[in-house]
Amino acid sequence: MDSLTELLNGFATAAHPTNLLYAFVGVLLGTAIGVLPGIGPAMTIALLLPLTYALEPTQAFIMFAGIYYGGMYGGSTTSILLNTPGESASVVTAIEGNKMARKGRAAAALATAAIGSFIAGTLGTLALALVAPAVVTVAIKMGAPDYFAVMVLAFIAVTTVLGSSKIRGLAALAIGLLVGTIGIDPTSGQQRLTLGLPELADGIDVVVVAVGLFAVGEALWIAAHLRRTPAEIITVGAARMTREDWRRSWKPWLRGTAIGFPFGAIPAGGAEIPTFLSYVTEKKLSKHPEEFGQGAIEGVAGPEATNNASAAGGLVPLLTLGIPTTATAAVMLGAFQGYGIQPGPRLLETQPELVWGLVASLFIGNVILLALNLPLAPMWAKLLRIPRPYLYAGILFFASIGAYAANLSTFDLWLLLILGALGFGMRRFGLPVVPAIIGIILGPTAEEQLRRALQLSDGHVSGLANTWFSKIVYVVILLVLIVPPIVTRLRTREPVKVGD
Amino acid sequence: MAAVQQGRSELGVALLLLVLGGWALIDAQQLDATAGTSGPVGPKTVPVAVGILLIVTAVLLAVDILRGGRGEQEAGEDVDLSHGSDWKTLGLLVAAFVANILLIDRLGWPVSGAVLFFGTTFALGSRHLIRNAIISIALSVGTWYLFNLGLGIALPVGILKGIL
Repeated sequence: MDSLTELLNGFATAAHPTNLLYAFVGVLLGTAIGVLPGIGPAMTIALLLPLTYALEPTQAFIMFAGIYYGGMYGGSTTSILLNTPGESASVVTAIEGNKMARKGRAAAALATAAIGSFIAGTLGTLALALVAPAVVTVAIKMGAPDYFAVMVLAFIAVTTVLGSSKIRGLAALAIGLLVGTIGIDPTSGQQRLTLGLPELADGIDVVVVAVGLFAVGEALWIAAHLRRTPAEIITVGAARMTREDWRRSWKPWLRGTAIGFPFGAIPAGGAEIPTFLSYVTEKKLSKHPEEFGQGAIEGVAGPEATNNASAAGGLVPLLTLGIPTTATAAVMLGAFQGYGIQPGPRLLETQPELVWGLVASLFIGNVILLALNLPLAPMWAKLLRIPRPYLYAGILFFASIGAYAANLSTFDLWLLLILGALGFGMRRFGLPVVPAIIGIILGPTAEEQLRRALQLSDGHVSGLANTWFSKIVYVVILLVLIVPPIVTRLRTREPVKVGD
Repeated sequence: MAAVQQGRSELGVALLLLVLGGWALIDAQQLDATAGTSGPVGPKTVPVAVGILLIVTAVLLAVDILRGGRGEQEAGEDVDLSHGSDWKTLGLLVAAFVANILLIDRLGWPVSGAVLFFGTTFALGSRHLIRNAIISIALSVGTWYLFNLGLGIALPVGILKGIL
């Protein structure tokens, strides 16, 4: 069957009234929680995971589809109305978006973000539906060395691209890989790094990891540095745009989609680079370059579209290879594994209803998102005024209930506290959290592929790069490692002495 | 002065990485490399590799810190980095968190969850005690019903058994 037929079947699944309800609830909760300051899409999904424990996998992922897009749009609202977003993908949106809001153009900024997200999300999801089956035909031929190479690429990309210090990124990845090793080794049945604790034999539950590092770590960090004077929030009416805004937005939306999707689909460290690329492109192409930095609508429209298209693109490697490229995708992968489902090239064959139901729900979720967000913008803006003690108490409250509900064991709550302390320390000392989470979730799979590859080659290291595909990937890894430092060096040919 | 102190605590991160790396290497020694494996890579390989990676990053990080490199503290909407960590708030917060862990199986979630929420709002400086108490109880009882009736997850009912 071709993917369009499959997609129509997916719509039949997703359009079932109960499933529609789950998609609606997902979008609503995702946006509401994503709007709250300091809560990004990854934390939103992690905090809402327990709600899906009682659901069938298909329904759970239909709800995730809504939470995914809802959480991202919520984050944009925060960065436009509040500035300084917690989530790296929204950083660029904040530059122009917050300036627009300060000039009394918040409604237009929110509208161009919402409509841009809708267009990019719809086109991106369509591209996902068309590309995924094609990727699967390639992926099905991939062997262990190929998988291992792609995973190494994901590790390297996420450590070198994010954050300002590569050493600290590497340290975060190493910690993640270590935590991922905890538990019984699946091949030999021996306990590794469990300290003899039976509770650790199955490894640490992904909900506990994600909620601990993101939610508890964040709440502790903010609590220790809470701003005593409330941040300034801009009031806004219903989101709407003038004819002039439309004229200036539609091209950036389309360009942003074109930039975002491919970047999301390759393991390149998430939405940071493409959103920035989109910003620079719009600045260059704009007829009003002087407005950039003062609140140019193109600077919101482009990066917002890029952000959403890249999120849709990120589902390609997640669903077809089982490789997450962002923290959000890593949490989703953990959720799949929680249901005993391993995403990969066979997923489309074994779980067509789930995959295509998920894809169709992304379309539906997008429509609901647009319908909710244009009129409800003032209500979301009100959520930003929630008193901070309630906000962070709520995060700790729901983090605890989620971690406890996973296994009904207080051991998980102690683990949650330890991981929260780790998350606090990482924020304090500038260690990025995303490489750690990718390391924890992808580490065990990478080990499995490494073992399989070397088993096939009888222990020869050459067995890791004996296919043309793995060779290409290792060349790409080399480029990722070498090119950025060289570019930096060429730019600053005069070595600047940093005085202190 | 502050910079020197900051550098010293940063070296603590390198030390932690070193300890974690050592742990991985020592733990790997007790593994039987041949047990149940059919390939050349046994259960030891990855822990050893990760241990070495941790030790290497510990050294690199220490070198970076001694050369003046500093980790960038995370900023955010509600974060004010102009003052140091507020240990009193953190202590109260952790106390509330631990109280929930100790009480949840004995008194049940409706009580321990309320203690957690009330304690954290208090730690974060909210002094509307009566309002907070009402919100806390409503939240913990509400989530108990949501999980037990709505999601079929049996959160402990504790001392309120027969009442809820």
